[in-house]
Amino acid sequence: MKIMRAPQLNFFRRAGIEGPSSLRLADLAVGFGTLALLYVAARVGAESLVRFSPPDVIPTISLDPRNLPNYAARSTLRMFIGLGLSTLFTFVYGYAAARSRRAERILVPLLDILQSVPVLGFLSVTVTLFIAMFRGSLLGLEAASIFAIFTGQAWNMTFSFYQSLRTIPAELDEMTTLYQLSRWQRFTRLELPASVMGLVWNGMMSFGGGWFFLAASESISVLNRQYTLPGLGSYVATAIAAKDMHAIWWAIGTMVTLVLLIDQFFWKPLVVIADRYKLELSAGEERRFWVVDLWRAASLPEHFARIAGPLMQAIDRRLSALTRVAEQAEPKQPSKTGDVVFNVIAGLVTVSLVVAAVRFVLSGVGLKEVGHAALLGLATSARVVALLIFSTIVWTPIGVAIGMNLKLARLSQPVVQIFASFPANFLFPFATLWFIKLGVSLNWGSMLLMALGAQWYLLFNVIGGAQAIPNDLREMAASLGLRGFRKWKFLIGPAIFGTWVTGAITASGGAWNASIVSELVSWGNTTLKAKGLGAYIAEATTMGDWPRIVLGVGLMSVFVVAANRLVWRPLYDLAQRRYQLS
Amino acid sequence: MEAVNLLSAEHVSKTFPLPGGGEQTVLEDVSLNIAPGEVVALLGRSGSGKSTLLRILAGLIEASEGNVLRKGMPLKGPNPDVAMVFQSFALLPWLTVQENAELGLTARGVPKEAAEKEALHALGMVGLEGFEGAYPKELSGGMRQRVGFARAFVMKPDVLMMDEPFSALDVLTAENLRGEIGDLWEKGSFPSKSILVVTHNIEEAILLADRIVVLGTNPGLIRGEVRVEIQRPRDKNAPRFRSLIDHIYRVMTNPQAPVEDLPASASSNRFPMLPHTRSGGISGLLEIIHDRGGREDLPKLAGELRLEIDDLLPAVDASAMLGFASIDHGDVVISDAGKEFATAGVHRSHEIFREQLLQKVPIAAVVVGMLEQKRDGRIGKEFLLDILDEHFSDAEAERQFETLVDWGRYAQLFEYDSDEERLYRAEPEEPAGQE
Repeated sequence: MKIMRAPQLNFFRRAGIEGPSSLRLADLAVGFGTLALLYVAARVGAESLVRFSPPDVIPTISLDPRNLPNYAARSTLRMFIGLGLSTLFTFVYGYAAARSRRAERILVPLLDILQSVPVLGFLSVTVTLFIAMFRGSLLGLEAASIFAIFTGQAWNMTFSFYQSLRTIPAELDEMTTLYQLSRWQRFTRLELPASVMGLVWNGMMSFGGGWFFLAASESISVLNRQYTLPGLGSYVATAIAAKDMHAIWWAIGTMVTLVLLIDQFFWKPLVVIADRYKLELSAGEERRFWVVDLWRAASLPEHFARIAGPLMQAIDRRLSALTRVAEQAEPKQPSKTGDVVFNVIAGLVTVSLVVAAVRFVLSGVGLKEVGHAALLGLATSARVVALLIFSTIVWTPIGVAIGMNLKLARLSQPVVQIFASFPANFLFPFATLWFIKLGVSLNWGSMLLMALGAQWYLLFNVIGGAQAIPNDLREMAASLGLRGFRKWKFLIGPAIFGTWVTGAITASGGAWNASIVSELVSWGNTTLKAKGLGAYIAEATTMGDWPRIVLGVGLMSVFVVAANRLVWRPLYDLAQRRYQLS
Repeated sequence: MEAVNLLSAEHVSKTFPLPGGGEQTVLEDVSLNIAPGEVVALLGRSGSGKSTLLRILAGLIEASEGNVLRKGMPLKGPNPDVAMVFQSFALLPWLTVQENAELGLTARGVPKEAAEKEALHALGMVGLEGFEGAYPKELSGGMRQRVGFARAFVMKPDVLMMDEPFSALDVLTAENLRGEIGDLWEKGSFPSKSILVVTHNIEEAILLADRIVVLGTNPGLIRGEVRVEIQRPRDKNAPRFRSLIDHIYRVMTNPQAPVEDLPASASSNRFPMLPHTRSGGISGLLEIIHDRGGREDLPKLAGELRLEIDDLLPAVDASAMLGFASIDHGDVVISDAGKEFATAGVHRSHEIFREQLLQKVPIAAVVVGMLEQKRDGRIGKEFLLDILDEHFSDAEAERQFETLVDWGRYAQLFEYDSDEERLYRAEPEEPAGQE
């Protein structure tokens, strides 16, 4: 990965512990670890490439727990390929949006919509598409699953990258222009380091969300046919169909282990590295982490750097020379007529797409059906709102309590993070079973299912907001004797409002997505259904009813985008304007 | 002015669109030349467009109207002849001091070894030897800006631009670094041909610049310029320096005031400097000149007395100040008062000296006034030094005090008790009776 390059060089420079000649225990650990990882990746990768299956033969999933490591590895590989693609997409799309004024005008609103659209609703479209593309191989399903993961990660990361590029301090930007850094140098010395922090945090959060999409996409019924891809998600799906509670427990155990392992060996080290690329100059305590320490203590990476270093430098110089900015070139003048032409074309394309979609839907179903779906949309909206209110009432006090207590925050943050990463759909069977036993209608129960995944974002952000309250203000509140309601009204409420809005936006987005799998659940042969747009989409997908799929997904997008524009954006602006600390 | 200006702005204007529609004119019809070997300061309040002008000259912003020329050729895009020192330092926190300093050279494709050498040299110039491997966050603010200077020095630019380079530093650090940059320029080893500094600090402008371009606000335009004709190194406590500050301050606080050079007469401040000579020296000189017919060529006199002309000058200046003589074409000409003083008896000479001193030397009259107002007729030396300190450096104030005491004693205006360090009123009757 690109992100790794520069930091590694820094590691080597800073290492310099003892003589590099002797192999140590740390070297053994690093060496074996790297080899083992490469072996697993190669083997699992080969499996999905080599095993061709005729289109009608779908791999079966064995519920024997001994198969779990293999399934886990395959799921994990999909996740990382998805992450890699998301990163690549992020750089291209984010860069284009930040650098070109015209591209920005299209790409940013488009990204805003893509971010709000329920990814799961598109699964049916993409699965059909990819299967057609890779006829006669499992690759089509693989691609569809990876694409689902990608769509769950890419938009957030791209937005973060774009924001980082846009908020690079003006003087730094002027400095690179005046000292004529090449495009490559500008990217590697300024833009990438400046955005790495946001990228890593967003990548980490999105990766956690990605498990949810993975679990949903590995086993999906589209156009009346059940597609299964070997992996953890399909294992759980098979276990649900077979009513095998034992297997589900095994899967959950594997999932927790996986989340912990990836957190320890991938994200934590990345966070430690990214921490060094903070734009502020204030000296702070350096984050430490055992994997990074181990890596630094080992001499193998240093040896590698000595060999690869000059090569890296040569490549760096070559790329820099290739992307040099021409001296004293006439800067391009944006022409006004060009702008107008561009705007008109962009507008025409948008309008004709919308018209085509509306005509397609209306040709298949009547206006009455549209009204019916809209009512279902309102039902799901009501669930999302109820869920947000409920989560806020429950989690805000807890989040504030955790955030205001340094020790508690340090202890609980990783735990909350893992809860957020854990795919909620793994827990659905338990809830479903419980609903069946107690006879709870899914009209109410689906709210709980949606909350299982979505609430963590709220908690996570509230903790962050409470942590950010400056000590001065807390001491001020204490010395003035502010407590209870007054303290919430004047200090805590305004201080966490901004992060609460961020959390609520993410949580509502997650809830809309989750509605597609939460409003229609099954246990064995028993199926529970709620009245809502999510169930509508899920049913249409299963039956392959294209006009209804387009209608459902389109309507859901309209609901989400409208909520974003009418509610969240104004709240967000208010938070930025009035309740910004610092 | 030199034949080719390094950098010129010709009738440059800049307008920015306002968010609510319409336009804001930031700069209007600004013309400016930077010649080789000069330090120019752009002085203005916030909103005067001085930073915008700097960025237009650097090629970072395009002018809405008018041209920018570098060595006579029109400028397109970033100006390769300039390097800039930024207010916020603009260092990359993830690169070491050395890597930050090398940045511009590696961008030019200079080989690694050469770039390293250049950077080390520049870091040495700004006193950062030994910090090559440190990261900016490990450095203090002043040291960070030193890295900013080193990064600019490495480029050996024609014009070194500084955008409020010291305003993000605390007062002492800023003064220290400003002094060092000034020293480097005075030594003649400065790595750029010219300097263009943007500042809102009057003292900074006078310390560094050869000429100060004063910008007005709303819209930003050049109100005029003030030449700083003060010998380097500049002592900011020198009277000429202080009066220049007052002059520019008046100009800056009064938008209608014309901007022009400080007239020579305006430099005489409230308390003109007393030449360092004792009263005996003055009377001695005047007696000699009177004996030689009342007019004497200075170099000739010095030669005959086997003195350096510099040794003679304080006494000549003091005589001129007290109205005993005047200078005419290198000759000292004795005045009527001087003639009377040179020929008077002891008692009368004290009287004449007293009259002239009170009339011509304001500080003497001030001291007498203060002594009369005080009931015990005494004032401390420190009190007087505090007053003098506002116009002179510490050491100079001390010398001024000594001279003043000597003259005042001779004039029998006041006495000085060096044990108590107090001045007190002299009782004129008593000594008069004895003599």
